[in-house]
Amino acid sequence: MQLELINATIRHPGANNAAPALHELTLQVTAGEQIALIGPSGAGKTTLLHTLACAIRPHDGDYLAFGIDPWQMNDAARHALRKRLFLAPQTPPLPPRQRVVTAVLAARLPQWSLWRAFASLIKPSDPRAAFDALARFQLEDKLYARVDRLSGGERQRCGMARLLVSTAELFLVDEPLSALDPTLALATLAVLQEEAATRKATLICSLHQVELARRHFPRIVGLRDGRIVFDTRSDALTDAMIANLYAGREAATPAPPDLTPAATVPDVPCF
Amino acid sequence: MRQQNAQIVRDPAWRRRIVGTLIGLLLLWPMLVASEFKPWILFDEQSLNATAHFLADFLAPAHSLDFLRLVAVNTWQTVAMATAAMTLAIAGAIPMTLLINERLSLSRIGTGRMAFIPAAVRQLVRWLLVVLRSVPELVWGLLLVRIAGPGPTAGVFAIALTYCGMLGKVYAEILDSSDHFATRALIVNGSGRLNAFLYGAMPEAAAELVSYTIYRWECAIRGSIVLGFVGAGGLGQRMDESLKNLVGGEVCTMLIVFVLLVAAADGVSKMLRERLA
Repeated sequence: MQLELINATIRHPGANNAAPALHELTLQVTAGEQIALIGPSGAGKTTLLHTLACAIRPHDGDYLAFGIDPWQMNDAARHALRKRLFLAPQTPPLPPRQRVVTAVLAARLPQWSLWRAFASLIKPSDPRAAFDALARFQLEDKLYARVDRLSGGERQRCGMARLLVSTAELFLVDEPLSALDPTLALATLAVLQEEAATRKATLICSLHQVELARRHFPRIVGLRDGRIVFDTRSDALTDAMIANLYAGREAATPAPPDLTPAATVPDVPCF
Repeated sequence: MRQQNAQIVRDPAWRRRIVGTLIGLLLLWPMLVASEFKPWILFDEQSLNATAHFLADFLAPAHSLDFLRLVAVNTWQTVAMATAAMTLAIAGAIPMTLLINERLSLSRIGTGRMAFIPAAVRQLVRWLLVVLRSVPELVWGLLLVRIAGPGPTAGVFAIALTYCGMLGKVYAEILDSSDHFATRALIVNGSGRLNAFLYGAMPEAAAELVSYTIYRWECAIRGSIVLGFVGAGGLGQRMDESLKNLVGGEVCTMLIVFVLLVAAADGVSKMLRERLA
């Protein structure tokens, strides 16, 4: 078992009195699996990904990553463990004033000494790797462009190029397709899955495109209100289960959603 | 519906802002009294006479070749003092900034709380910065002139000590108020903290860090002039002599040099900011 959540309850740091973001979740993932995470906005998909990335400590219950409990280790050992995973947030974490080549090569930072990192700021140490990764998303002509010159979709794929350059064996990807048109979304997802398959890495990917998830992922986890509603092979997933997962979202909120910001964006205080 | 409207229209921050402004104004009044702020004494007869005499001389800047050569040598000494002091201050400030930067805390990730020892180290360094900058460079200067004897060495160390405290504090604040998203993402993916800092925080903060550093360099030039008055050499010492002899023309020439120096610093800052923006 590569990842294992056992009855894990997660609260956001600093929000200990609020309702937990995830309730007593149990989830097992074997190495090399490809899992799609679906569910309505605010269901806890991002929180779950962050928990799996050792970026949030479970309030209750256990989490085992690569067979060990990261929260029983000291800070340094846990940090070393983080080198084996790659968490790609929904908004690409690329500094606007950085060049694409630097932003993509930042994936190598866990392996680099401070000196090497510094030298690579002055002269990119492996532009070839960045170029190859970008080329898989048809972005090779942006290699030396600045991030703030890219469109939203280009930035998102640039973030995925960073994932390709990393050496991680666990990919936790938060809505990688949210800024892409349907054709690009399909191509991007194909690259991600192909890369995970070739390096036998695990891919856990939250998605809003339910049909895409059903067609391309062997296993689907449905999340709603911080609970796992279903965890099933995608060929056993029925339309009724999906309707049930998203049911009542429109009817239940007659007031403009902006009036209750605390309830709609639980992921903000963390990042 | 009406209740909801009232809720939207009532800005929760409004009252706090008004009260804050009123308290600020209330506190300002006793401060003006305590500082004996009496602008009208500038305009009594005796002051006006002295001012007129000084100004008449002042309007013709001294420009004999000898004097200009002397000013050039002293200007160079002043700039050199300021630059050396800034170099030392930066060398001290950078490690301390990195030490107190809470965004680079590993124990904070996932728990939102820093472990005890890292928190204590950060607090200690913060106090060290407070001590360094709470002693004015003039006081450091007077102390060091006693220890190292008169001359630029004392001035350089005096400025370096105070400015180290200032730079460390402001660098830390610039970094704290910049966007942490990129840095945090790199750290969560296992990157070393300093690496994450270089690739996540620096691109966004660089322009501001550079412009503040150059502004401080400008201040260091002024500071080294002030220190000249207590025997640390440079333009300040010349200025002291000219002021004591009430030679307005010389003072005028030196003030022009100050203005030119500050303008030059401003130009460099603008150029670098445009490069880095």
